[in-house]
Amino acid sequence: MLGNNGKIDGFSGINPIESKEELIKIYPAKVARKRAKHITVYDREEGDPPEIEANVRTVPGIITQRGCSYAGCKGVVLGPTRDIVNITHGPIGCGFYSWLTRRNQTRPPSDESENFITYAFSTDMQEKEIIFGGEKKLKQAIQEAYDIFHPKAISIFATCPVGLIGDDIHAVAREMKEKLGINVFAFSCEGYKGVSQSAGHHIANNQLFKHVIGLKNEKNDAKYKINLLGEYNIGGDAFEIERVLEKCGIELVATFSGNSTYEGFANSHVADLNTVMCHRSINYVAEMMEKKYGIPWTKVNFIGAESSAKSLRKIAAYFDNAELKAKVEKVIEEEMKEVEKVRAEVKAKCEGKTAMLFVGGSRAHHYQDLFTEIGMTTVAAGYEFGHRDDYEGRRVLPTIKVDADSRNIEELEVSADEKLYSPRKTEAEIEKMKSKGIDFKEYEGLMSDMAKNSLVIDDISHYETEKLLEIYKPDIFCAGIKEKYAIQKMGIPCKQLHSYDYGGPYAGFKGAINFYKDIDQMVNTKIWKEIKAPWETEPQLSARYGSE
Amino acid sequence: MLLRHTPKEIAHREALNINPAKTCQPIGAMYAAFGLHGCLPHSHGSQGCCAYHRSALSRHYKEPIMAATSSFTEGSSVFGGQANLVESIQNIFSIYNPTVIAVHTTCLSETIGDDIPQIISKAKADGKIPNGKFVIHANTPSYSGSHVYGFANMVNGMVQYFSETTQNRKNQINIIPGWVEPGDMREIKRIALEMGIQTILFPDTSGVLDAPQTGKHVFYPKGGVRVDDLKTSGDSIATIALGDTASSPAAKTLDTKNKVPCHIMGLPIGLKATDRFVNALRTIAGVNVPESISDERGMLLDMITDMHSYFYGKKVALFGDPDQLVGLTEFLVTLDMKPIHIVTGTPSKTFEKDIQDILGPDTKANIHLSDTFMLHQLIKNEPVDLLFGNTYGKYIARDEDIPFIRYGFPILDRIGHSYFPTVGYRGGMRLIEQILGALLDRKERDSSEEKFELVL
Ligand code: SF4
Ligand code: SF4
Repeated sequence: MLGNNGKIDGFSGINPIESKEELIKIYPAKVARKRAKHITVYDREEGDPPEIEANVRTVPGIITQRGCSYAGCKGVVLGPTRDIVNITHGPIGCGFYSWLTRRNQTRPPSDESENFITYAFSTDMQEKEIIFGGEKKLKQAIQEAYDIFHPKAISIFATCPVGLIGDDIHAVAREMKEKLGINVFAFSCEGYKGVSQSAGHHIANNQLFKHVIGLKNEKNDAKYKINLLGEYNIGGDAFEIERVLEKCGIELVATFSGNSTYEGFANSHVADLNTVMCHRSINYVAEMMEKKYGIPWTKVNFIGAESSAKSLRKIAAYFDNAELKAKVEKVIEEEMKEVEKVRAEVKAKCEGKTAMLFVGGSRAHHYQDLFTEIGMTTVAAGYEFGHRDDYEGRRVLPTIKVDADSRNIEELEVSADEKLYSPRKTEAEIEKMKSKGIDFKEYEGLMSDMAKNSLVIDDISHYETEKLLEIYKPDIFCAGIKEKYAIQKMGIPCKQLHSYDYGGPYAGFKGAINFYKDIDQMVNTKIWKEIKAPWETEPQLSARYGSE
Repeated sequence: MLLRHTPKEIAHREALNINPAKTCQPIGAMYAAFGLHGCLPHSHGSQGCCAYHRSALSRHYKEPIMAATSSFTEGSSVFGGQANLVESIQNIFSIYNPTVIAVHTTCLSETIGDDIPQIISKAKADGKIPNGKFVIHANTPSYSGSHVYGFANMVNGMVQYFSETTQNRKNQINIIPGWVEPGDMREIKRIALEMGIQTILFPDTSGVLDAPQTGKHVFYPKGGVRVDDLKTSGDSIATIALGDTASSPAAKTLDTKNKVPCHIMGLPIGLKATDRFVNALRTIAGVNVPESISDERGMLLDMITDMHSYFYGKKVALFGDPDQLVGLTEFLVTLDMKPIHIVTGTPSKTFEKDIQDILGPDTKANIHLSDTFMLHQLIKNEPVDLLFGNTYGKYIARDEDIPFIRYGFPILDRIGHSYFPTVGYRGGMRLIEQILGALLDRKERDSSEEKFELVL
């Protein structure tokens, strides 16, 4: 068992309230007031988690982890898809930086199958286009892409200047779609939209829903058909989940969007259940598919062996078939053998150590499970671009005020499809399942799993990161590439939870084993003890002669 | 095949860039700013650009890359970014306390047309810039030029903001090293020092982006040119600008602003370019070249003469930035190798001519302002024995099974480039080691058992 669910009170006598004060002391008064609302001490005894400010604009000049809407849309959600030609409309930089840097692995079925992941396509906008408009060049670029590659679909991503100069990328898409006879669609994901990558996720969700999902209608006779939403196949995570699902006899219709294809998206509405991994980046698609096609969604987590087992059981319970349930139990039992063995070895060496996780919009939550499994406690955590519901749970959704920065992200009006809507479960069935503990449309949020008196910090600044490390001296800090080397200069290992430091997979059962081993190696390496040179630790007391 | 859709037939393209051989201006400005001691780069635009530039530099250097952003929202895009920049300046000085904030623009703030000098003056007038602290800027519109231009513009900004004339010439030479690695800057300083010459080298990222592990994160590491030293650059006897694209704007500004005569020359890559650099130092400073430097030259030459037969006639493809490509091409020709495809994404008026001059009028080569998709197609049409380029080249190298040497920016998957120079004679020796290693590893991989030999 996991010993008190990893919830260990109090950390070596550090007072979290005082820590919070320390973190914001240096700020000008106005900034301190703002940042204070993003930092909460979670006292588990007082009922619902405390309110945290999230998904609001970052203070200028503060050194943030956050990126932009384009990164969330083109980089995160559409990046992992292999057979769409993704053209960045803008100056060269944005397209260059999002070229292969997110480690989205993909597995085309044959050597001839389409795979554009290794390519970066850009209109490489020049001054001329900034002044006179870039629509002509964009059309030409689409034509050239079509002539060379003959893809099934082409998509267009707007970068910052595009909106300002008034290019109508959607009109261009319509025109080229007509002309070429393939699907062409566009994303208005200019970097200044919203306050972080999160806006881009939403924009990506909307356009996929509008332009791709439901286009195909191929019958799928598999008995247990699901989609996996919000899993991006970093380091091969999706491959591992695919392996496990297949072993259980569960058919994966589409993944949004790890190892995915255009056709997979187009036919995803034939699935009978949507399972949601990264709630932040994809919940919109789940919600809209439920309304339009009648597919219920439920939150899963394949990060952590226990969580993976739990998620499989949840899927089996949803389909409510004895054979499937038995199969799932058998798979779990098989897989857990190796997991348990490695876990016991690693836990013996990691038990009692502490971790901090500041990353993304779901990983800072999911990865706590893996740490818990090897006896480590998360003493502080937070998201880079989560919303309040990702922290406090979806129950707070009705109380979230939508500010000006988020209001300009379109909310699609969705209604039941005349032909394709078919509720997979009746309301009575859903209620019955709920009473058995299967939740739908629910996400408890990160705070629900945090230990008493832990710190939850939203959109952490670099200054706060360093202070936190000074005060708590955790055994490991999880963040991204921009934070990694500064943290390691402080003598604390930093695990990248976007890129996995080029390791992985970390999902599923095999992934858990990889993670245990990697963390063991990071927190138990002796190299950090070598920071002081011998002459720094043994001061020369007095001169001696060689013969002494 | 990783780049399975790249056809051999080259179709004319006007609008679509595929697999670029360049990136945008701000990242160059950010890199240059790290060469100023106590400087925090600041990206004036929406925060995505800053995140991307920091990530790319972090992956290349495996070092902390601290930079701030104005975090534009849609509102700032409509009303301009003045409020964001003034707020940033105030926050940066109170939280991170740099000596200098180096502001660069992004395509967003450029398209809006924010007037940065005016905003800086306003911040100053409002008392947001403490005494003894500085805010400098460079305009870096990403829709023209490339990352190299951004570097050049920020270095030029350093001169515009800091160089001064006191009428007393100082016996020192300015060296603008171009976009080279920290280890290269260190090597250039060492050569000058070895020759007994006082220099002001800027920007100088040595000691900043190759900082030691000490158990502390020193926010402003000890390297970088000091503002006080930079100020005296206006009194130097001359400026040597290495690399036309990256260094000439600043050198020319020093000439017009402070009447410091400038010598614009190529990067000292390989034997001949280093000869010219050392010779320029010698004549400008009026010193003799010490034996130690002549010895280094001799060692490089010795390596070449010893192993010449392995280089002779080997065909090479290279992509990267104009200044580096010119130097590298010359060195390859010195080794009797044959550069046949040379591609840059950075526009340069002199690039094609410079390369053709090195190759000689009768030698045909594909010299293009284009992208690496095009380079790959050229290679498919005429295969090569060796490929030079940044990390993205490894996809081409794998598909076409070509030995590959990582050279340029960014290098995301190996280390060493930031520490071990490729400039100067010693740098030439390292390049030789790399080239030979790549060629001989391949020869051995492909040789039959009876041709596999112990001594080469
Ligand atoms: S928006 Fe412009 S400045 Fe920013 S990354 Fe893209 S090209 Fe570069
Ligand atoms: S949590 Fe991180 S990896 Fe997941 S979608 Fe969100 S950003 Fe991406």
